[in-house]
Amino acid sequence: MPSNQLMVTTPSDLEIVMKRVFDAPRDLVFEAHTSCEHMRNWWGPRKYEIVDCDYDFREGGSWRIVHRGPEGEDYGFRGEFREIVPPERIVWTFEFEGMPGNVSVETLSLEESDGRTTLIATSVYETVEARDAMLDTNMEEGAAETWDRLAEYLTEVATRK
Amino acid sequence: MTASLDRTFAALADPTRRAILAQLSAGEKTVTELAEPFVMTMPAISKHLKVLEVAGLVSRGRDRQFRPARLEAEPLREVAEWAHRYREFWEESYDRLDEYLEELQGRRKEDNA
Repeated sequence: MPSNQLMVTTPSDLEIVMKRVFDAPRDLVFEAHTSCEHMRNWWGPRKYEIVDCDYDFREGGSWRIVHRGPEGEDYGFRGEFREIVPPERIVWTFEFEGMPGNVSVETLSLEESDGRTTLIATSVYETVEARDAMLDTNMEEGAAETWDRLAEYLTEVATRK
Repeated sequence: MTASLDRTFAALADPTRRAILAQLSAGEKTVTELAEPFVMTMPAISKHLKVLEVAGLVSRGRDRQFRPARLEAEPLREVAEWAHRYREFWEESYDRLDEYLEELQGRRKEDNA
């Protein structure tokens, strides 16, 4: 049985690529990306609630999603839709409001095979610094990494290929 | 930190180097010991070690003859933390999307019935 696990790779200094298979036809996976109503049902970690959403899904339209964490903290994300080719491609920009000006361009491509859909999300940053700055925002938590987890992680990374 | 994270990613991009790090997570090892599980010459392993050393992922002991390699956890910890959080966000989002798609498919079938 093929795995539906998320694969994250950094094929170049400016990119982050994510790949994931879904047991659903492509038009449905595409549709799930087209409105606030859909996004509310899945975007972001479960413990975060979407408290604000604007989603003008057309080329040149903009989007903004604010979600609230368990301690009541709000995080805003925004961008604009650059290219929309149903049901195979969406190109949009992504900016975390906590780091204004650091804008990445994300291309979502959807490929269908045997009723299953492979989603490939390629995020391209303008500079290495911009990509790494984005990475830095994820560093505040979990500072106490143990050797056990490190070994686990290494084994996982080593066996991934 | 950003430049070093880049170097870390570059060093981790190679499967042999990741395997070497996995071995070192169990403790110090000499080049001979490290070369054992690979179909690779010791000079080839030494080359990989050098890349890992420059990236700060590995340090070498003083013992002139053996110079055992040791894992340096800090840069890896940084990558692991990032990878963990970034993955977490999207892993969870996409798991939720999975469930939501199932729900949508169910609804679609009902509509067609």
